[in-house]
Order: sequence, then C-alpha cells, then structure tokens
Amino acid sequence: MSDDSSVLAGLDRSRIALYAVLLGMVAFYLAPLESGLMTAFKTTDGFRATTPFAPPPAGEFTFDAWQVAFERLSTGLTNSAMMAIPATILSAFFGSIAAYGLTNLSWRGQIGVLALFVAGVFIPYQAVLVPLTQFWSFVDLGARIPFAFVDDYQGLINLSITHTAYGIPICTVLFRAYYATIDEEMIEAARLDGASAMTIYRRIILPLSVPIFAVTLIYQFTQVWNDLLFAIVLVSDPSNRVVTVALNQLQGSFVQQYNLQMAGAFIAALPTLIVYVLFGEQFAKGVAGNT
Amino acid sequence: MFDRIRRSLAHRRRTDDGASDGPDERGEDGQSDGLRADGGTVTESDSVPLATRLRRSQFLESLPFWGPPGLLVLLFVYGAIGWNFVISLTGWEGLGQPDYTELSAEAYTTLLTDASFIAAFRNTIVLLLVFTVLSLIVGLVLAILVDRKIRFENTFRTIYLLPMSLSFVVTAIFWSWMYNPRIGLINESIRGVVGVLDGVVFWTTVEAGFLTQAWLDDPRFKLAAIIFALMWQFSGYCMVVYLAGLRAIPTSQYEAARIDGASAVRLYRRVIIPQLRASTMSAAVVLMVFALKAFDFLFVLFGVNPGSSADILAVMMYRVAFDRLQWAYGSAVAMVLFAMALSVIGPYLYLQYRRGEL
Repeated sequence: MSDDSSVLAGLDRSRIALYAVLLGMVAFYLAPLESGLMTAFKTTDGFRATTPFAPPPAGEFTFDAWQVAFERLSTGLTNSAMMAIPATILSAFFGSIAAYGLTNLSWRGQIGVLALFVAGVFIPYQAVLVPLTQFWSFVDLGARIPFAFVDDYQGLINLSITHTAYGIPICTVLFRAYYATIDEEMIEAARLDGASAMTIYRRIILPLSVPIFAVTLIYQFTQVWNDLLFAIVLVSDPSNRVVTVALNQLQGSFVQQYNLQMAGAFIAALPTLIVYVLFGEQFAKGVAGNT
Repeated sequence: MFDRIRRSLAHRRRTDDGASDGPDERGEDGQSDGLRADGGTVTESDSVPLATRLRRSQFLESLPFWGPPGLLVLLFVYGAIGWNFVISLTGWEGLGQPDYTELSAEAYTTLLTDASFIAAFRNTIVLLLVFTVLSLIVGLVLAILVDRKIRFENTFRTIYLLPMSLSFVVTAIFWSWMYNPRIGLINESIRGVVGVLDGVVFWTTVEAGFLTQAWLDDPRFKLAAIIFALMWQFSGYCMVVYLAGLRAIPTSQYEAARIDGASAVRLYRRVIIPQLRASTMSAAVVLMVFALKAFDFLFVLFGVNPGSSADILAVMMYRVAFDRLQWAYGSAVAMVLFAMALSVIGPYLYLQYRRGEL
C-alpha cells in the first residue's frame, strides 16, 4: 500500500483486466443507486437537462425533493419500525427455540416436522392471501381487545403478527444450520449432570447463539421492512400505512417527478441500507444460509 | 474432514430409517439408540413402558420448544393453504362471504381456457427460467473472479450484494428511472456508445433511435427489461453462494491441475464447476422462489395491469382477487402458483433429505 509504483509493477496484464472487469461490475451494480442519488439532489429542470449519473449542475442543486419526500414518508417510517422490529425479534426467538427443539433434542420423526418448517420458507405468499384477509377480518383484534392502542394500530398489529408467523421458517433454517455445529458432547455432559432441556437452552445454547441471532435479526429485519405484498393486502387504514406502501403511492402520484421519487426511494431504503453497510457480513451469512 | 461429515450423515440416515423401515435390517445396529420404538429386534423397546420411551426420545421435552412456533407455521402456512384451496372451490365473488356448501372445480376448468391465465403462466415460466439461468451465470463468473485472491475482496462483495438488501419497491423505482425512454440512464448510455462508435468507426450507420427503446412500455421488451433488472438485484446473491462453494473446494485440486499444466478454463470446466452442483441447486431454488414472488417489483412498475406480455401469475392472482374481487378464481390462480413452487421445492427437499442435509 505504501508504494504504488511497486504495486502496479507487480500487476501483470491479466490482473489489470481482472480489476477492470470487477470495477466494471461495481459500476453496473451501483449505477442505479448513483443516478438515483444524483437525481434526488437536482431540481426538475436539472434532472431533465443532465445525464442521470452526473452531479447536479450549478444552480440546480436542491434539498427540496428530500424534504417533500420525507414529509410524505415520515408516518410510514415510524409505522414500519413499529411493525418490523417486534416481528423480527419474535420470529428470531421462535426460530431459535424451534431449531433447538428440532436439532439438539432428538426424537423420532423430527426430520418430517423440520421438512414442514423448511418448505414454509418457499411458499409463494399469494397462496395464503385470501384466507389471511378472511382470518384477520374474523379475528378483528380492535373489537375484541378494549385498548385504544389496539384499535388505532389494528392493521399494523395484524401485519406484525403475520410477518412473525411467516418469518419463523427461515429463522428456524438459519438457527438450525448453526445449532447443528454445536458440540453434542457438551450438551450430553450437561444432560448427564441432570440439566433439563430448558436449562440447557438457557445456559448453553442461548449464550452461544449471539452471532446467529445477529445474522437472523439483520436478515429478517430487511425482509420484513422491504415487504409490500402483505402490507397492501392487510393494511387498509391510511394512518397505518407502512413505508413501502407510502413510497409506492408517492411514486404513483408524482409520475414524472423523478427527483422526488429517488429521494423517497432512498429515505425508505435508508434503514436497510444502514443495517447493510454496518452489518454486511451478517447479512451475507443470512443470505448464504438461506438455502 | 469428509470422513466426519460422512459418518454424521450415516448416523442421521440410520436414525431416520429406523422410523420408517421394517425391522428386518435392524440386526447390525439395533442397539444404536433408544429411538426405535417401533418394535423389531430391539427387545428393550417392547418391554419399556411408553412413558420411559417418550422420555428417552426427548419428544415431550422438546415439545415446548418447537411446538408453539410449529403451531403458528401449521396455522398460517399449511392451514391457510388448505383454506385457500377450499375457497378456490366455492366460486366466491364480490363483497359477501364464501358459501362452503357448494364446492366445484369450476375455477380450475375456467383457468384452462382463460387467455390471460395462459399468457401469465407462460411469462412466469419464461421469467423463472431466464432470470434463474442468467443470474446463475453472472453470479458464477463474479464468484470465480472474486475468488482470484483480489484486494479489497470484502468491498467488492459488499457492493455486489448491495441491491439484494433493497426492497423491490425501491429497486422498481430506480429501474423505472433507468429505463426512462427520453432521459433514463440506459438510453443515455446507448446514445453515448453509439455516438462514440459513430465518431470512431465512420461507416457505422446505426441510428441510436433504433437501439433506444421504451423498455418498459413496449410489449416486445417489457419482460426482458424486468428480467434484466431482477438479475441486477439477485446475481450478487448467486455470487455469495458460489463463492462459498468455491471456498469449500480444497486448494490442492487447483495445484494438482496447475502441475498437470491444465489451463484455467479447463480447470474450471472439468474440475471446479462440476463440484458446484450443490451451490447451483440451492441458489437456483431460492432464485426461482424470488421470481415467483416478483410481484412487488411488477406491481410498483405497472400496478395490477402489466399487460399480457409481462403479466405473471403472482400479479394476476392479486388483480383477480383484490382488484376484481373474484376471490375463488384468485385462489385458484394462487394454487397454480403454489403447485409451481412445490414442483421446484419438493424434489429439492427430497434430495436434501437423501443427502442427509436437511
């Protein structure tokens, strides 16, 4: 790193070609984001007159798009956070205990039960949409639980529970892959000492689970945050709109205002982008384990 | 290392067989563990009371752990799919409630003659296959390149995987801008490249207008444009999966090939890529599932009517059920989608099970 010329001298032609291709691909993957970011800082005249990826020209730089987009999306951001955070934590918790019961404790037929969990990862959600709307209209939490909070946020609560349930399969798969690597002798020794399944989970498994909890929470949070389908089907009350729905409506109501759309897209993606930049390694592990 | 894996696989398979197979092949390893509660030559299990057997199998002990989440999955996933199937038989439409007393398969016979269903079915298959193959190829090439001991590997990997962390809503908005026919980056770049070519190679008479298209409006290019954008979003995922596969191959194989004087292309074609079959399969399954779920992306771009050239079953289901309120018909479309997913996942899970990797 200290001496650039010697580094360059060490690179033969094929190395240079390799880096050229890799950098070309960087441009390919970042081009939509970069053009979006530049466009978001331009005035309407600015983005019509310049190439999308060019920085805003003098006099055409503005924060207006960000301001308008943020006003439009702020309720959605709070709603998404209120819905996604509990759903993520609950799915991860359920996934952890399910994986423990199906991996570190052994009993006949557990592979069959496990297969049902794993298959749940791959279900197209369309196959449950109509029953789901029926189910939530029957349950009607707001009418059953006499708290103003439940009534006000009924759509979000339904959505959060739904995401929790459909998140369990993937969380179980992620935890299981990790729990399968835990040394069985350690668990066996604890069992011989008379530890119950619960004690083993709390004293041995849970403390060892911190890294996989990180992976699962990060992966699952992005999945829940990014969802649109469940949100448009289950939430009808505009005050309960999550950010993906709000962003879609923003896009629909400002069709030609690309600067506004791009700013909105970045605002809506910001939490997942931050999570990804900070915990990219964990996200990649979640992705790789998602098989 | 492989010995250990094989042994643990053999062990797992043995315990599974015990549950399903007859007692005949029991002799050699009958004493292995207390899981065999189904009789046979394990004399112990016949005499041991049920309570003891249950305790030994840890079934009851494990129930509080996988039971509650299992119940949720059972209700929300499998119960809902069953319910969906029943709804698809009711002919339910409009604002009322379904009538479960009269069931018929009419929705399914209607599907067979519905031109929009046939178009959506065809597009779904095309999307599934082309998107999967394209993403796998790009991902494999990237993984091989990234695996060549490059500097800043983490940075490259992070950037390649970045699009996957974004919502379909966000990427659809980005791509609607990229594909803008007048000032979008795709057409701007094409114009730029053609302009440069015209300047350098004087005989090119290609008009930029011939290559710049209204990618998302023109029925000829819609589906291709969608597939390209989805490939952009998910090829990084394939790279991650392939990279893990490549890293699992012992370096001695690369060295052996180098000593043999095999070229890099030959090495990858003959030695490395055949060993990536498991990575390919698992990546392909996940990609296909994402393709089946590509609803969000299309919905943001086109709403409920992408037009017959880009309509897919996931969008059709939503349109029929939630826009036209033909609930039963929508449920039937959803069942077809489910069957498609099942035809991909079923064999995959079975293979995983056979290999003891479930």
